[in-house]
Amino acid sequence: MSFSVTEPRMGTKWLAGILVVGYAIITMVPLLWIIATGFKSPNDSIAYPPVILFEPTMEGYVNLFTDRTRATPQMLKDAGPPETWYDEIAQNRGTVITGPSRYGERFLNSVIIGFGSTALCMILGTAAAYAFSRFRVPLKDDLMFFILSTRMMPPIAVAIPIFLMFRNLGLSDTHLGMILLYTAVNLSLSVWLLKGFIDEIPVEYEEAALIDGYTRFQAFYKIVLPQAATGIASTAIFCLIFAWNEYAFAVLLTSGNAQTAPPFIPTIIGTSGKDWPAVAAGATIFLIPVMVFTILLRKHLLRGITFGAVRK
Amino acid sequence: MAQIRIENLRKDFGAFNAVKSSTFTVEDGEFFMLLGPSGCGKTTTLRMMAGLELPTSGEIYIDGQEVGQKPASQRDIAFVFQMFALYPHMNVRKNISYPLVSQGMPRAQVTAKVHEIAEILGITNILDRPVGGLSGGDRQRVALARAIVREPKAFLMDEPLGALDAEFREHMSEELRALHDRMGATTVYVTHDQLEAMQMGDKIVVMNHGSVEQFGVPQDIYDWPATKFVAQFIGSPPMNFLDFHGSIDAGADQIALEGITMQVPQSRHGASGALTFGVRPEHVRLDDSAPYRGRVVATEYLGTTQIVTLDTTNGAVKARVASSDHVATGVTTGLTFDPRTVTIFDAKTGQALRSEANEGVLGHG
Repeated sequence: MSFSVTEPRMGTKWLAGILVVGYAIITMVPLLWIIATGFKSPNDSIAYPPVILFEPTMEGYVNLFTDRTRATPQMLKDAGPPETWYDEIAQNRGTVITGPSRYGERFLNSVIIGFGSTALCMILGTAAAYAFSRFRVPLKDDLMFFILSTRMMPPIAVAIPIFLMFRNLGLSDTHLGMILLYTAVNLSLSVWLLKGFIDEIPVEYEEAALIDGYTRFQAFYKIVLPQAATGIASTAIFCLIFAWNEYAFAVLLTSGNAQTAPPFIPTIIGTSGKDWPAVAAGATIFLIPVMVFTILLRKHLLRGITFGAVRK
Repeated sequence: MAQIRIENLRKDFGAFNAVKSSTFTVEDGEFFMLLGPSGCGKTTTLRMMAGLELPTSGEIYIDGQEVGQKPASQRDIAFVFQMFALYPHMNVRKNISYPLVSQGMPRAQVTAKVHEIAEILGITNILDRPVGGLSGGDRQRVALARAIVREPKAFLMDEPLGALDAEFREHMSEELRALHDRMGATTVYVTHDQLEAMQMGDKIVVMNHGSVEQFGVPQDIYDWPATKFVAQFIGSPPMNFLDFHGSIDAGADQIALEGITMQVPQSRHGASGALTFGVRPEHVRLDDSAPYRGRVVATEYLGTTQIVTLDTTNGAVKARVASSDHVATGVTTGLTFDPRTVTIFDAKTGQALRSEANEGVLGHG
């Protein structure tokens, strides 16, 4: 095929630029709104009409990370001048800080469970996908379909059996339980995606390594894995985003020990009135890891999505 | 360097039989061609020698040692792939040194060795380049360097020039042959190009449908094909086949082609029924006084020679004659065949009948 490519005219370029920027702004508005709300005072956060320009305050973040108790003016006076900037913010609201909130723990749980299940998913998924791609597995097509079929029902449909199973196995409200659960849900997708990526790597590379004196495992480790890095990275992003954002199972199966951030954030509303800035602050911080992870791997993500579309 | 002996080698893929009971020997230092059309089992045979496929039955001896069931990494051979299979995430130097690193060779020695090989192949200037941007020829040289650097017992090459364009192929084939002569390494080379096989090979095995059709030096195979398949596959244009009904007695040196007596090499066997009279185009002469007639239907000018196609009662015949001869299409002329070069085939089995001329070649093949 041959195409004649002409440089688009200046006007066309500008129009395209404006459209893209406009679209980007529209999609970014909710995100910016959440970030902005995190820095508003409670009054500004529920003001109508909404305020666009406001005096930023760290109150939401202070409320997110601390537990506070209401104090009488006498108690405040006895306590003396505030020692830190966050004590000052709390005291201005007539409260004193009694200790850190549980958000930090919940966030850490999210990190452990999200990245843990993603890592496990990548290890098992790559190994399974490699086997399906390279070896003569009996009933290969049936097995691949079976694996995909586990993805056809919404996972929450089996919530009750899983709940009972977890209770009997002692996996309820444990990190291991949540990691296993998210791995099980994500594994089918990762096997399928990764098999596609590995199929694209010519088998001759491994054969060359075998002949060069390497074992099958070394060939896999030194030749196939670096080649599949793009696929593994983009699959990891999909897995992480699911595990990170998952809400229903987290509500159902975790409470004290292994609760992740998503079920925790809404509970902030209940503890001390409608504290929208604190909720928004929690959501903002919660966005950061996935955003960083995706930005770090975005080169791979783009290549991953368009993989196989262009012959290199 | 080593001798490679293949005995009764067979490979089945499920119900499909890719290689049936092949037997041949590659002598030490030989440039050996595995030739055949696609799907004939030549690549499968090569891959079994390399250890990339395990034979269903039969033995492979490298340097007198039976290696049929051993993994590729223990056979000490090098393989050059058609698509080169250079490790794409490594630069040229790393690609070449990779086989040495697997042996645990000290770094300084690896560096020296890589340099020495790069010198031989003339690629010292690209050692630090990534393999992605290299031209086809340079990729080929890097692939060869990676094969040579370990000084293996044998080189196995799977259509290594197949991915290059025609002009460059010529050049690379000379370079490859020169490299072989310099190193004296046993080389097994798979190709479907009969010209390449004859040009480069010390010996050729012709395969078809998983079986060895013939095995020998290029000239013997060209002059005295064992089967009609070989006669047709080798040579461009291929051998002429004149199908006829008749008979030949053991010891006879004549046959009757449409009632016209033709001299042939003295036959060792008698045969009758459907036979084929085979003669190469360069052994056909146009002679207006000859009794066997044909009508000229086409001429192809090829520089020093021309190919004249004639219609005869036994089918089309192509003759290679000097370009200076004037041949007009449409005229009917006489044909003579050089009696020393004729092969008679049994048309049904496709096998050549033994004669005084070809028994020396076919006797041991």
